[in-house]
Amino acid sequence: MTTTDWIFWVLDSAAIKWVVLIMVFVMPVASLLTWAERRQSAMMQDRLGPNRANIGPIKLWGILHFVADAVKMIFKEDFIPEKAHKGLFILAPILSLAPVFIAFAVIPFGPTIYPNELGSVIPLSTPVDTTNAINLQVFNIEWGLLFYFAILTLANYGSVVAGWASYNKWALLGGLRASSQMMSYEVAMGLSLMGCFLVMGTLEPEAMVQWQSPNPAHWGIVVQPLAFILFFTAAIAETKRAPFDLPEGEPEIIGYFVEYSGMRWGMFFLAEFIEIVFIAAVISTVFLGGYQVPFLEADGFRVAGTTLPISHGFVVLMQVGMLSAKILFLCFAQLAIRWTLPRFRPDQLMDLGWKKLLPLALFNLMLTALVMAVL
Amino acid sequence: MGHHAEAPAESTDELVVLSVSDKNKKVRTVQVHRPVPEEVSFLPALAKGLGITLKHFFGNVVARKETETIQYPEEKKPYPARNRGLHRLMLRDDDTERCVACMCCPTVCPANCITIVPAERDDKGIEKHPAVFEIDELRCVVCGFCVESCPCDAIRMDTGEHATAVEHRYESIMTKEAMMDHKSIMQPDVLAKRGSLSTAVQGGTGPKWREES
Ligand code: SF4
Ligand code: SF4
Repeated sequence: MTTTDWIFWVLDSAAIKWVVLIMVFVMPVASLLTWAERRQSAMMQDRLGPNRANIGPIKLWGILHFVADAVKMIFKEDFIPEKAHKGLFILAPILSLAPVFIAFAVIPFGPTIYPNELGSVIPLSTPVDTTNAINLQVFNIEWGLLFYFAILTLANYGSVVAGWASYNKWALLGGLRASSQMMSYEVAMGLSLMGCFLVMGTLEPEAMVQWQSPNPAHWGIVVQPLAFILFFTAAIAETKRAPFDLPEGEPEIIGYFVEYSGMRWGMFFLAEFIEIVFIAAVISTVFLGGYQVPFLEADGFRVAGTTLPISHGFVVLMQVGMLSAKILFLCFAQLAIRWTLPRFRPDQLMDLGWKKLLPLALFNLMLTALVMAVL
Repeated sequence: MGHHAEAPAESTDELVVLSVSDKNKKVRTVQVHRPVPEEVSFLPALAKGLGITLKHFFGNVVARKETETIQYPEEKKPYPARNRGLHRLMLRDDDTERCVACMCCPTVCPANCITIVPAERDDKGIEKHPAVFEIDELRCVVCGFCVESCPCDAIRMDTGEHATAVEHRYESIMTKEAMMDHKSIMQPDVLAKRGSLSTAVQGGTGPKWREES
């Protein structure tokens, strides 16, 4: 192997791709969301929101507030209640942060890059030079979305363990609420995706993106509109944010992290925001065509029989940019929903989960199965 | 409509009475509001709510249409004329203090935060003046009694400023000199409007008042 081969071999290794993905995309977006949430809510409520944090004259509309927050959280007292279970108390934030990081491994963030073809237009039919190809998906496994379900359910243990270990009634209540909510909504969530699995015939996110093709009429939101609404609803419940923020319940129980302070609390906070990004990524992948740009094939735009050839490098750039745009838009939508709707009561929450989402998801599944059988 | 007042709060609409019983006028058949599917699904309501919030969002992001936030401390909203702010000591024509150290204000002060050390004054027509006059603005409850009790309009709270944040408690104590330095405690326009001199008659006739009278 030559040196270039070695470089590409290292670049293509899962660990490197994962670290780059987390550091270049996930963490910056999640950090920005902590600022965007406050700014956006302020704008929706006719306020200005945090706009003052600055480094010298650089103010950037207050974006630097997340830096100030991080510095504050690091220097705050790390308090552990006397009667708390020390080990579990320390473990809980890690338990809720680690899974959301890992889950990103199954999201295809772009097409396969062929380094030798970057400057040329890839013809659709003839084989390309595939040496040193880099697949922009960390983990290409056939059971990709099952992996996602399995991993994200683990994140729930973080809140339950935090509630249990804190030795605090309110924290325990928050933990219990978190587990009951997750249990109710995980079911509807899985079943609503089931329809997509049936139509697309795969569990592998990359294959789902390929199936959806650059034609928007093929995208998940068009073939499975009901599943989209159900999954979006259940996914917001999964992030434990308003209108489903019962585990947190600021006005009454403050939540499973009531005893946490400083960076440990910051980890719960960060996990919540990363989950928003992750949910947006999953919805873009399964329902909005993933990295597909409308009408952009591997060799360029193809609209109504005419082709506008575009080189491979630009295609990759546009596709990665498109997925980022979709994710950012969905994050914006989630924040908008969070600041629009009031909170559900626990009984309404259970009602919505078990009596509406679940039957609708089952109905959607059976309808899809029927249509698939007939066609 | 005796029952109407007892109806649950959510039925704000007029009660539609379908029929009234012949035997008892209070027994009526009324139309019940049953939720229709689009209400149950929340979706139209969600869309409507999002429409409102997003209208505000984009209106504010693009044109700052509705926000009325005042960017304190760069922008300040002037206090109303009767606002009780920081204290100041009014001056005589010769720029000395009007206060005659009568001790009315420290006596009436409910927070006990005025410290006055009286001293002889050269002008025998006035007799006394405060050698030390200090107000602890942290202890002050801003009641304004000191101003009302003063017999010679020597103390006022019309500076239009409030006590600022300090790092040490002693910094919040205003000395006589500070309270007489109107230029540094008041905004120029407020000072120009309110002046440093009182309109009340200034007492005292000078050091040789016995010989003159
Ligand atoms: S305003 Fe009231 S509390 Fe303050 S110094 Fe005057 S009398 Fe005392
Ligand atoms: S009441 Fe007026 S004159 Fe008397 S001590 Fe206070 S400020 Fe001076």
